[in-house]
Amino acid sequence: MSATVVTVTSGKGGVGKTTTTANLAVALAAGGQKVVCIDGDIGLRNLDVILGLENRIVYDLVDVVEGRCRLKQAMIRDKRLQELYLIPAAQTRDKNAVSPSDMVRLTDDLREEFDWILIDSPAGIERGFRNSVAPADTVLVVTNPEVSAVRDADRIIGLIESEEKGPAKLILNRLNTELVKRGDMLAPDDVLELLAVELIGIVPEDDHVIVSSNRGQPVALDPKTRAGTAFLNIARRLKGEDVPFMNLEEKEDIFQKLSRLIRPGGN
Amino acid sequence: MVVETQIVQIKGIKDGLLVTIGEGDWPGVQSALLSSIVEKASFFQGARVAMEVGNRVLHAAELGALRDRLADQGVSLWAVISSSPVTEQTAQVLGLATRLSTPRPERTIRPLDTTLAGENAVFIRRTLRSGFKIASHGHVSIIGDVNPGAEVIAGGSIVVWGRVRGTVLAGSDGDETAVVCALALEPTQLRIANLVANLPTKKILNQPVCASIRNGTIMIEPWKLKER
Repeated sequence: MSATVVTVTSGKGGVGKTTTTANLAVALAAGGQKVVCIDGDIGLRNLDVILGLENRIVYDLVDVVEGRCRLKQAMIRDKRLQELYLIPAAQTRDKNAVSPSDMVRLTDDLREEFDWILIDSPAGIERGFRNSVAPADTVLVVTNPEVSAVRDADRIIGLIESEEKGPAKLILNRLNTELVKRGDMLAPDDVLELLAVELIGIVPEDDHVIVSSNRGQPVALDPKTRAGTAFLNIARRLKGEDVPFMNLEEKEDIFQKLSRLIRPGGN
Repeated sequence: MVVETQIVQIKGIKDGLLVTIGEGDWPGVQSALLSSIVEKASFFQGARVAMEVGNRVLHAAELGALRDRLADQGVSLWAVISSSPVTEQTAQVLGLATRLSTPRPERTIRPLDTTLAGENAVFIRRTLRSGFKIASHGHVSIIGDVNPGAEVIAGGSIVVWGRVRGTVLAGSDGDETAVVCALALEPTQLRIANLVANLPTKKILNQPVCASIRNGTIMIEPWKLKER
């Protein structure tokens, strides 16, 4: 087995990097893949909380890098999905505790045993970002349909290009179709026209995400939610499957249905 | 070792250390540099290093890897001085300085290596993303977009075969005959010489246009073939 290292990054904070990482990890593991996620946000760790594994941390990434424990000891196994592991970040140190080559070495040690290594990058373009991107085979850039988030995504995509990491793939998170329809939110086409990278998924705004994050139960565990389905689809696309984009329109009311029947191809 | 000291020379300068790198293949040079740092680890700890590489051509992967390996030794690489434009651009892309004293912003414009019949121009075939800056005393032509957050500064004119949404400054040395042409022009800011453009509504600009100075103001007009 030789794992693919996927780094999830964004530039801007708060767009859903950690949520995305947690859900992709869950989605891949639920599909029978062997997955380890690494929290790259040293000093501000969150991934453990979203995955609901916070109370089981004994050793962390910095302990591994500094040789205080073996790699296996820092890996927390998820109880819901047998093939899902987490290497948490240290909370009491900062980004400089780890170097890009440490991350390359660490992932090289893990590659043999896993199918997927997901790295949750911190916000920003400094050391933490470089640490997270250094070992990546594929970089996923998460953005929201907001001007500031798209601007930062553009910058990050440029930096990834200059690190010669190949073209990044885009996840458009928290899309609100109602706002787009009213012209109050950037449409996916506007974002793609500017960023000019491959889109690997659109995740609709979904209240379930907040509830599930607070409970430590990623939405991808529940395929009935719209966001959960979106993450499961992204995971399948990562595996190379050709999955059509889901219909993000809200359920049509009876009048819209009628008007479509009367004027097919209209609108 | 004698050989290594010839490949890599280290001296103290005003703002840190200056490492001068001589001839030899890159992996050899890199290991020579790293081993001399490891030898004098306490001397180098926390040092700021500028690196003089001559006309050597270095790409982002090589320079980035060296930067990271130096960082592992507690040495921060802050500048790469090179006479090769490729290496200079690589250094800029990686956020490293390309000269020792930081000149005033107006003077960061680099003279070009090549001249053609008295006209200097750079040609760029990529989209300039946010945070990217192109500056030249000559003309600048770009195939690709200029995204918001990117900056193009030219002593002469700017021609963009793409959409301009960032900041463009033509005639930066005061040349009022400079023009800005683009397939679509929705800049964050457009300046020619000392004037700032009043940008009209987007609809007018979402077509090939040319901006130039007429009667003391910047005029933006649709590009018409018959005029030229």
